[in-house]
Amino acid sequence: MSAVEVAGRVLVAIVQVAVVTALAPIVMGVTRQTRARLEGRAGAGVGQPWRDLRKLWRKRPIRATGTTAVGVVAPLVLLASGLVAGALVPLVVAAPLPQVPGDLFVVVSALLVGTVALALLGLDAGTAFGGMGSSRHMMIAALVEPTVLMAVYALSIPVGSSTLSLIVAARRDDPATIASPAGVLAVVALAVVVLAETGRLPVDNPATHLELTMVHEAMVLETSGPDLAWVELGSWLRLTVLLGLVANLMVPWGVAGGASPGALLLGVVALAAKVVLLGAALGAGEVAMAKLRLFRVPELLAGSFALAFLAVTASYLVA
Amino acid sequence: MTVVHHRGDGVVERHMAPEGLTDAVTELLAAGHRLALVAGHDDAERGFHVAYAFAGPGGARTELVVRVPRGTPAVPSLAAISFPAGRFERAMHDTLGIVPTGHPRPRRLVLHDHWPADWFPMRADASPEARFRPDQGTFSFVPVEGQGVYEIPVGPVHAGMIEPGHFRFSVVGETIVRMKARLWFVHRGMEKLFEGRAPADGIALAERISGDTAVGHGLAFAMAVEGALGLEVSEEDRLVRALLLELERLHNHVTDLGAMANDVGFGVVNAHAQRLRETLLRHHARLTGHRLLRGGITVGGAVLRAPVDTELVGRVAAEVAELVDVALGNAVVVDRFTGTAVLTREAAQNMGVLGYVARASGLAHDARLDHPFVDLGPELRVVTRDEGDVMARFAVRAEEAAVSARLVADLAGRLGTSPGSGTARSGPAPGDAGAGVAAGLSLVEAWRGTACHRVELDGAGRLARVAVVDPSFFTWPALPVALADTIVPDFPLANKSFNQSYAGNDL
Repeated sequence: MSAVEVAGRVLVAIVQVAVVTALAPIVMGVTRQTRARLEGRAGAGVGQPWRDLRKLWRKRPIRATGTTAVGVVAPLVLLASGLVAGALVPLVVAAPLPQVPGDLFVVVSALLVGTVALALLGLDAGTAFGGMGSSRHMMIAALVEPTVLMAVYALSIPVGSSTLSLIVAARRDDPATIASPAGVLAVVALAVVVLAETGRLPVDNPATHLELTMVHEAMVLETSGPDLAWVELGSWLRLTVLLGLVANLMVPWGVAGGASPGALLLGVVALAAKVVLLGAALGAGEVAMAKLRLFRVPELLAGSFALAFLAVTASYLVA
Repeated sequence: MTVVHHRGDGVVERHMAPEGLTDAVTELLAAGHRLALVAGHDDAERGFHVAYAFAGPGGARTELVVRVPRGTPAVPSLAAISFPAGRFERAMHDTLGIVPTGHPRPRRLVLHDHWPADWFPMRADASPEARFRPDQGTFSFVPVEGQGVYEIPVGPVHAGMIEPGHFRFSVVGETIVRMKARLWFVHRGMEKLFEGRAPADGIALAERISGDTAVGHGLAFAMAVEGALGLEVSEEDRLVRALLLELERLHNHVTDLGAMANDVGFGVVNAHAQRLRETLLRHHARLTGHRLLRGGITVGGAVLRAPVDTELVGRVAAEVAELVDVALGNAVVVDRFTGTAVLTREAAQNMGVLGYVARASGLAHDARLDHPFVDLGPELRVVTRDEGDVMARFAVRAEEAAVSARLVADLAGRLGTSPGSGTARSGPAPGDAGAGVAAGLSLVEAWRGTACHRVELDGAGRLARVAVVDPSFFTWPALPVALADTIVPDFPLANKSFNQSYAGNDL
C-alpha cells in the first residue's frame, strides 16, 4: 500500500471521527426532542445537548474527597473508546484498513474498555449509588456480550469475514443478503443489545431522577464539570456509532467505497440522515415504552441472544 | 373512677384514672373503634392531661381523658395493644416529657438526637429556643448481618422535587431485607404555633400543615373549632366544603396517577397528567384565589369566588380515565405494578393504616361514610381492592378520581349559583358561656385519608391546644412492611404509590 493510500485512509478515519463527534449530541437532541413533542411537551430543542456540553466545559469539576485518578482518567477513557469505535466502524466509508483490524470483535472490545472505565468511575467515589449502578451496568454488559458475538458471527458467515467494512460492503453490493432470515434476525438481535448497551428504555430510563432505579446515571452522579461533559459525550458517541452501525447494516447504501471527495460527502450526508432518522425513531419508540423491572432485563437480553443464535443456525441452514 | 361527659360536639368524654386506661382501650378496640389521636395537654400547675380519641362504628367518637401529675409525668403504655398508640406515646414523650410506662421501645421519634433530651417544646414553660448540640446518638438501625448484605443510605436530600426523608436499606443483591425510614426533618412545631391564636387565625396555619391538603386540614381545624364553640354551619356552606374537599382529592389523584406511570419510565402519561393538573389548579385559583384551594374554608362557613366549572371538571375526569386506560394498556406497566410492594389486609389493619392505602388492602375506611358532615348521596362510593399491591393502589386512586368528579358535578348542581355564605363567624367565648375550656374533635376524609384535629379553647376563646394528626402518621410505618421482598429499583414506585406526606407527619 502506497503512502498516498495510507494517508487517504487516515483522512477517512479522521473525517469519520469528526463527523460522528459533531453528530452525537445532535442525535441525542433529536431523540429527546422527538420524545418531548410526541408526549405533548415543548422540549428543549435539538441543540440542547451541545449547549449542555458548552456549559459543562466552562465549569470547574468538583471531585469528592477520597476520589482517585480514576475520576479524571475514566471519563477520558470512555471518550477515547467512543472515538476509537467511531474510527473503526464503517460509518462513512466501508473500506478496511489493512494495518488496523476493523473487526467487530475489536470494536466491541474498544467499547468494553469504555464500559469498564464507566463502572470504575461509579465505584471511585465510594457512594452506594455509584456502586449500585456499576453492579447493574456490569450485569447488563455481561448479558450483552454473548449476543453481540453471536450476531456478528451470523453476519460474517455469508461474507466469510468478520471485518465490518467487508460485511457492510457485501450487503451493499448484494442487497438480497439484507433480507435473508439470518441477516434480519442478527440485526434485530443487535438492535436490542444496542438499546441495553447505551442505557435506553426499556432497560434503563435516561430521564429519571430516582437514584435507586438508575443504571447509567447512578455511575455519573459524582461527576461534574468537564469530567461530566466527557462522560456525556462519550456515551452519546457510543449511541451514535452503534446506531450508525445498525443503520448501515440495514440500509448500506450511501456508504462510500473509496476516499474520493464526492463519495465522502455523500457518505457523510447519508450517515447523518440515517442516524438522525434512527434517533428520531428511538425517541418515538420510547414514548410507547415503559421500563422493565430490573430482573426482567435478563429475559429481554436472553430473547435477543435467542434471535442471534437462530440467525447463526439460519445462516448455515438457509444460505 | 370514671366520669362520663357528653360534649356539645357529640363526643363522649370519659375521665378516668390511669390504672383503668388499658382495660378501657382494650374494650373500645374490641368493639371496633380505632385510635384516631392522642394529645397531651399542659395544664401548668395542675399537671397534664392526656386525651385518647377514638373513632367508632356509626360515627361514634369517644375520648378517654387521663390526668397526669406534674412531678412524675407517666401514663401506662398502650403499645402492646395498639401499634399507633405506641408511636403517639413516643411523640408525646419527645414533646411533652410524659413517660409511657412499659413501652417496649421508648426511643425518640419526633426530635432527632441533636435536640436536648430535657427540653420539651410543648410544655408551657419551655424556653422558646432549644440549645442544640451534636448528635448524642446515631439513628439506631437493626443491623442486618450476613454475607453480601450491604446498606444503601438515601436522602434526606433527594434528586427530585420530594420532601426530605432518610431511608436506609439493608440489601442482598437487589432484594430489600429491611428498610428503615427516618422522618421529622421538616418538624416546624406546628401544634405549638397554633397556641394563643384566635380560631380565625388558625385556618391559614392549618392550610399549611401539608401544602397539598389545604382543604383537608383547613376543614378539620374549622370543624374542631366549631365543635368546641357549638357553631352550626349552614347546609349551603357544608356543600361548598364537600365540594372543595372533592376538588382537592381530584387534583392530587390526577398528579399521582401520572407520577406513578412516570416512575416506571412511562413519561407520556405523566406529561398529560401534569397538564390536567395544571388545568385544575388554574380552575382552583379562580374558585378560591389560590391554586391549592387555600382560602375557601372559614371558621363557621365557606366561600367561593366563582362558580365551579363542572364542564371543565368533567372533561378532565374523562381524560384521566383515558390516561389510566393508556397506562394499563401497556404490558410492561402492568407487570411493574402487579404484585409489587404488597401490604396485606392484616398488616394494614394492625398498623391502623388509612386512606387509599387501606382501601387498596381491603379496608373500607372512609370518614365521608363513617363521619359525614353532609349527605353526599348515591354518588359516593367507597372504592376498595383486596390485592394490596401497587396496582391496587393505582386502581383505587383512578376510580376515586372518577367518583370525586361525579361528586363535584352533583354538589355543584345542588349548590346552584350559591357561592357559599362567605361568613367567618365566631361563637361566644367559652368563658362567656360559663365553661372553663371547650374541646372539639373532628374527623375529615382528606385525600390521603382521615385527618383528625382536636382543639381546646381557653376561656377567652383563644386556641389553648391544637392536636393534629395527618393520615400519614398512621400509614408511613406500613411502607417498610410492604417492602419485604421488594427489589431496590422498585422502591421509588412503591413509595410513590403510598405517597405519604412528610410535612403532615412531621408537623
